[in-house]
Amino acid sequence: MATPILQVENLSASYRKNTVLHDINFEVNAGSLTGIVGPNGAGKSTLLKTILNLHPSLTGSVKFFGLPFIKAKKRIGYVPQRGSVDWDFPTDALDVVTMGLYGQIGWLRRPSRLHKERAYEALDKMGMADYANRQISQLSGGQQQRVFLARALVQDADFYFMDEPLAGVDAATERAIMTILKELKAIGKTVMVVHHDLQTVEDYFDHVLLLNRTVIKHGRTEQIFTRENIANTYGGNMRWMGEEKRHAVHSIE
Amino acid sequence: MTYTAWIILTAALVGLSCGVIGVFLILRKTAMMADAISHTVLLGIVIAYIITREVSGTAMLIGGILAGVFTAFLVQWLHSLRVQHDAAMGIVFTTLFAIGVILIATSVGNAHLDVQHALMGEITFIPFHMITLPIIGAIPEATALLLLVLAVILFFIIAFYKEWKITSFDPALAASLGIPVILMHYLFMGLVSVTTVASFDAVGAIMVVAMLITPAASAYLWTDKLSFMLVLSGSFGVVSAVAGYYIAAWIDTSISGSMAFATGLVFMISFIFSPKHGLISRRVRPAETM
Repeated sequence: MATPILQVENLSASYRKNTVLHDINFEVNAGSLTGIVGPNGAGKSTLLKTILNLHPSLTGSVKFFGLPFIKAKKRIGYVPQRGSVDWDFPTDALDVVTMGLYGQIGWLRRPSRLHKERAYEALDKMGMADYANRQISQLSGGQQQRVFLARALVQDADFYFMDEPLAGVDAATERAIMTILKELKAIGKTVMVVHHDLQTVEDYFDHVLLLNRTVIKHGRTEQIFTRENIANTYGGNMRWMGEEKRHAVHSIE
Repeated sequence: MTYTAWIILTAALVGLSCGVIGVFLILRKTAMMADAISHTVLLGIVIAYIITREVSGTAMLIGGILAGVFTAFLVQWLHSLRVQHDAAMGIVFTTLFAIGVILIATSVGNAHLDVQHALMGEITFIPFHMITLPIIGAIPEATALLLLVLAVILFFIIAFYKEWKITSFDPALAASLGIPVILMHYLFMGLVSVTTVASFDAVGAIMVVAMLITPAASAYLWTDKLSFMLVLSGSFGVVSAVAGYYIAAWIDTSISGSMAFATGLVFMISFIFSPKHGLISRRVRPAETM
């Protein structure tokens, strides 16, 4: 448990000549479920993309399982923001999930029946088996997000990065996704999730990374997710959020 | 074969190649790159001509590929320096095209290569330039070139079918799976370039854009399956090309112009009558709610 499987050192990145991330240092242990929380423009998505080599870094190093990204990528799964793709693309749900296997299938080969079956199982796990042959534009936002989750599951990675998987989804999808995330954690997988809803952070994540262009605080939720730290992360705009939080009733698990 | 048969066959090959490659132009949202590349391959062709001093298929193909990929590279480079993507495209292709035009006017202008021909193509001249190939026998050079290019693009599309699909749909996932997204982008631009070069003689730089984009945009309206979209788009290309020839023969006008016009008709029909996304079906059956 104690060996960090992700080590980020002195990472910085810019977006259109503005430095959005600077001096990022943190480590993530295996089996943790971390919420990345911060205000709009804090660089949450950019952080994920920079860690995953999808966005150029200016400085710093990132090591997965003690290895550079290139050597560890087979063990890493990425769920982009739902809005990052064109849902009018001519394909169906099963096909999108099968795409998660393209890396394993390799060049010059077609997905076999076995691959399709695995994709179907992943869809089934997300409660989407009935929609396997549905054109993806005919799925609701929540269903599209489940397809994305199924695609990540089929990759069978050890370490998952998810960009706002709970944004704009219905309550049933939110429950389904959180069940899967907790299952992943239970079988020893590590998950980092960009999250926008402060109300649910304490229920959903055992670790929190408070981000606003740099890491404000990172650690176990019960220690880190305090009013003071949240206010530091969000600057002055936190008053009403803090008040709301005081009245919120949390279920005890 | 008769002149007419050669012309129709050549036109159909243009329609087929452009139709197939156009599908990915539409899906990758790079339709206007076709416009840019169709103009800049002129520079590649001219430079190939200056170096080899002959209008040869292979030299033109290589020149065209280099010019096309160079265009894609310059656009990307300007964009990375914070020039807007569409502006970068507009700057790059007009500049390179202008250099091509100047070179034609100053150093290579002759019967084989002139600006009018480059822009509009002249498919009626194609049967005048026959070569003899083993097995096939006598065949117009442009037609042979198109056959070769069609084989090349079909090979690449079929061999890397799933890679084209994933890099078009979700480049971020593709990259995270280790698929070389940028290399695929330039390979694709290379394929667009060879298609354009091969179609150049027949339809010219402007009309080739119609052949690349419109059949694919029409096919997009009819189907939700990528493989079927490829077949449909290729067929629309062939139908438009053949129909264009007969329209031109009927009202005695430019063949390439009529072919482009026919693609427009196919699109109009698709736009109105397509059962999935057409105007009428949307009226009759409002979008199903989930």
